Amino acid sequence: MEWLRFILAAIFLLSGLTTAAISVFGVYKFKFVLNRMHAAALCDTLALMLVLLSMVILCGFQFATLKLLLIIVFLWFASPVSSHLLALLEVTINEHLKDDCDVSEVDELED
Amino acid sequence: MSRIREDYNKTAAYRFRHFVEGDLPETIEEPTPEELEALCPPEETHGHAAAASESAEGQRQGTGKPRSPSEQFVDLKERDPLEDAKRFAEMSGFRWFRRIYQIAAMVLCVCIIAMLIITVGHMPIHGSNDTPTSNEVMERYLEKGQEETGAPNLVTGMILQYRAFDTFGETNVLFISTCVVMLLLLMKKKEGKTEKPAEKDGESRYEPGGDIILQTVARVVVPMIMVFGFYILLNGHLSPGGGFSGGAVMGAGLILHCAAFGFSRTARFFNEKVYDIIKVGSLCLYAIIITYYLFTGANDIASIVPLGKVGNIISSGLILPINILVGLEVACTMYAFYAFFRKGGF
Repeated sequence: MEWLRFILAAIFLLSGLTTAAISVFGVYKFKFVLNRMHAAALCDTLALMLVLLSMVILCGFQFATLKLLLIIVFLWFASPVSSHLLALLEVTINEHLKDDCDVSEVDELED
Repeated sequence: MSRIREDYNKTAAYRFRHFVEGDLPETIEEPTPEELEALCPPEETHGHAAAASESAEGQRQGTGKPRSPSEQFVDLKERDPLEDAKRFAEMSGFRWFRRIYQIAAMVLCVCIIAMLIITVGHMPIHGSNDTPTSNEVMERYLEKGQEETGAPNLVTGMILQYRAFDTFGETNVLFISTCVVMLLLLMKKKEGKTEKPAEKDGESRYEPGGDIILQTVARVVVPMIMVFGFYILLNGHLSPGGGFSGGAVMGAGLILHCAAFGFSRTARFFNEKVYDIIKVGSLCLYAIIITYYLFTGANDIASIVPLGKVGNIISSGLILPINILVGLEVACTMYAFYAFFRKGGF
């Protein structure tokens, strides 16, 4: 039972670290802001959730587990919203948006 | 630039000297085409005079680096004297000074690093008994700290009981910094109230919020943040945390509310009046508590505030009220900075 838990946690941890590595690679690889933001948001949500879930599995069920789950919930609230706001700012400010990506109607996005 | 030139009063050196002395001529007369030709020798090696006249023509070829597009449209009349001074410094004999400056900076850096490393070598081994930090003060804190302050979190016990005066100074720093920012940013408002209607037009520019996604999330998250901040405040003497961290969390909650719903919604419960009352009131109360501490400590009077049972929320004497006061102060400071730099006032 103990080694099963360890293996499960290790799988979660490794997949989380892989996702984080991919997202860091993406941040440096991409040129355009929105692409890079997508890569960065991946690290904030999926990678962190996987790592924290592996911590939860390793910890077992106790009070610290609840705190870790709350951290996951908070991050899943905060990161997409901040990404959304940054993207909105970029769309509002960038004058050459249509050169970089396919936006059908920029004016619709501006509310 | 050793030889004397007839067109000296048209060169950057002349303007630089006058700029330094403070009597810069208001307008620099545009050189006539004849003068331009005279100024502009075909070799283009005469440094600054050539560069200046060329920029009057709006184009530049040959010497030096290409100009940035924004610079190309700068007229000779509108040129910045500071820019001239900088270019003059680059062109003439300041280059050797730069080089010496860089070498001196490097030598100084190496010297300082070497001194620090040598000092590290002379320091006692980490954790050994004869370090200067392991004196009777630390022993006292460790042995009698919990007993005397009643706080299981010894850090809070230290900064709010043994060193409460120090923490009072830090809180004053927060207060003074917001006051100074206020002085600098609110200076313009007094000049004239004719500005007000113009401000009304641009009100939406200063008003954050309006984003539906952010509002929906903020409606859920802001109460949680505020409760969590207050939890950190109240548990400062029991668990890691305290006034500064809890206040920062609460200030972040206020900022999030303001960013989501705008200043007008936030001003319903947190306007300038409330801000003034909380900020000044908490600082004054803290000052009173400090006075009490100093008075009882200096006269060897036992404090009448009971320490209570260790581990309870209401325990450890005056640490809890001080924590709350510091937290309120920090929260107000954080929100005030946001409001000042976003809008220039509440």
